[in-house]
Amino acid sequence: MSVAVAAHPRTLYEKLWSAHVLRDLGDGLALIYVDRQLIHEVSSPQAFEGLRARGRRVRRPEAQLAVADHAVPTRDRDQPIADPLARDQVALLARNAEAFGIRHLGLEDARQGIVHVIGPELGFTQPGMTLVCGDSHTSTHGAFGALAFGIGSSECETVLATQTLRQRKARTLAVDISGRLPAGVGAKDVILAVIAELGASGAVGCAIEYVGEAVRALSMEGRMTLCNMSIEAGGRMGMIAPDETTFAYLKDRPLAPKGEMWDRAVAYWRTLASDADAAYDRKVFLDASELAPQVTWGASPDQGGAVTGRVPSPDHEESPVEQAKIRRALDYMGLTPGQRLQDIPIDAVFIGSCTNGRIEDLRAASAVLRGRKVADGVAAMVVPGSGPVKRQAEAEGLDRIFLDAGFEWREPGCSLCVAMNNDRLTAGQRCASTSNRNFEGRQGLGARTHLMSPMSAAASAVAGRLADVRDYL
Amino acid sequence: MQPFTRLTAVPVALPDADIDTDIIFPARFLLITAKQGLGRYAFFERRYDAAGAERPDFVLNQPAGRTPSILVVGENFGCGSSREQAVWTLADLGVRCLIAPRFGEIFQANCFKNGLLAVTVGTEAWRRLAHDAEAGREIEVDLDRQMVHRAEGEVIVFRTPAATRDALLNGWDDIEMILRHDCDEIDRFEQRQRLAAPWLYTQTPLDGD
Repeated sequence: MSVAVAAHPRTLYEKLWSAHVLRDLGDGLALIYVDRQLIHEVSSPQAFEGLRARGRRVRRPEAQLAVADHAVPTRDRDQPIADPLARDQVALLARNAEAFGIRHLGLEDARQGIVHVIGPELGFTQPGMTLVCGDSHTSTHGAFGALAFGIGSSECETVLATQTLRQRKARTLAVDISGRLPAGVGAKDVILAVIAELGASGAVGCAIEYVGEAVRALSMEGRMTLCNMSIEAGGRMGMIAPDETTFAYLKDRPLAPKGEMWDRAVAYWRTLASDADAAYDRKVFLDASELAPQVTWGASPDQGGAVTGRVPSPDHEESPVEQAKIRRALDYMGLTPGQRLQDIPIDAVFIGSCTNGRIEDLRAASAVLRGRKVADGVAAMVVPGSGPVKRQAEAEGLDRIFLDAGFEWREPGCSLCVAMNNDRLTAGQRCASTSNRNFEGRQGLGARTHLMSPMSAAASAVAGRLADVRDYL
Repeated sequence: MQPFTRLTAVPVALPDADIDTDIIFPARFLLITAKQGLGRYAFFERRYDAAGAERPDFVLNQPAGRTPSILVVGENFGCGSSREQAVWTLADLGVRCLIAPRFGEIFQANCFKNGLLAVTVGTEAWRRLAHDAEAGREIEVDLDRQMVHRAEGEVIVFRTPAATRDALLNGWDDIEMILRHDCDEIDRFEQRQRLAAPWLYTQTPLDGD
């Protein structure tokens, strides 16, 4: 935590890591201190059960925040949850939080929402922190210059009991994004292009830092979208150095430092940016000014490209493993090589998730939808990322635009990104989705997912097929 | 945690790349809050058809795959979601060791926390081990010496960090180790941090607390 000048130039990641190392364990492992943990209903029951079984307490209850998001219904919230398993799981989180003295936002709380949306919204997430959650999209919080990563239930229990974790130091990967984003292209298109470039395992073992003028120009919402999907390239964490945009977002948030504390915190946060001549283990470059809207065609987030393209052929791949991956994906997705992406018809549209369920995402999608209608036969829904996002959108009249266009306007949660509640597609249904994973079965058994930006999803809803949003601007 | 020392078995191969944790343990079963008895859900969509009948072409439904203890899995196995159910479900099937060119990082960490050895080997060596699986040849995995012995005498060396290895060999649980050895260090860290970054220790009430 000291601001002493280091002997050698360091990256943001190296600064965050060394500020939290308690003990070097050798071979690149260390025991690190964890400043904050977010807890949800799906990955925490076994952790609390483990504590109970051994009579352990939570070391710092005040450093935790619990909220249910995965299993929660997105309508009829005044009724008990219909699915008994989901109802029990959500109730169990409330009971565990109560029993261990942890702050919990219940379903009735106006601030309830997806963990990765409410953490930043409340100012729970801050630069310089180590922050974990039993959820792989915890990398989202790296957008604030935090060292944030997903963990399993055992590690969740370890943090509850000790506020520490044994971790392996990552290699550093800089993703340098230059240029200005063209109209119709947003943070989601950038990250989908990055994932396609790196591959689904390209960043395994790496801490990604997003740098460059296009990153600096992004809002916090856009930065969160970028960091959120780092895991889809295999990177357990993604991060962006905090700057004026970060501080402006955080100032006066409920849990952000106040008064003199705020000034001290900002002074520290300003020291976190990577030193000018810091070296990364690897660097990749992307020119955002040449980017077209992106869409995935396969069943892995790296299987995508420009919406103007065609479904690829496995025969053009050299590696047999890659050929097999494409064949399996095309079979699952019901697509044929050479097919134009914009000729693919859709049955459903989902706008939401921890990737794209924030106010800016809803503004972007509604701007495309204003005065237009969802195509016949397409079921479209918006699931705001949190209560505050929903109310903000309603205050701006965005809900009217979505409803008038033929979208459903739902209550906050993970919903159709993980299909654990009762929002799910049926086999063979094809969805234009702003979520983060197009895995087999992710939106329901046999359902087919095409990942894209909120703008592209809105355009696709109107077209009834995968669409190039630039035709709708 | 059950110690892992040495294991001899005919491996079972699942060589596809990017087998994600949604394939290993579909999300709809995540509403179950127990961590025992999850083996029946492993690879559910690949193991069973829509009517619930076994798919005979899936390796775990074949005689050699019914009691897997060593899995030779493809590049990036366990990518995607952090759900530890993906490990618990394999453990319940009897899996103790996985060998891949590369793993999803969270999945690999979760394996170690449950006494499962998940090691990476080079692509060529991995291919030979996948052949051993198909040919029904036994291999021996020796964690103490960090070696895989193939039937015809070849030795494939792997690396695990010493602290991880010690924990697996002895069946040590992280929490127990940390509480036993590091409490003073944690106290000292918190005292230092409280002075250097006091805003991290300020109790800010939220409405409704």
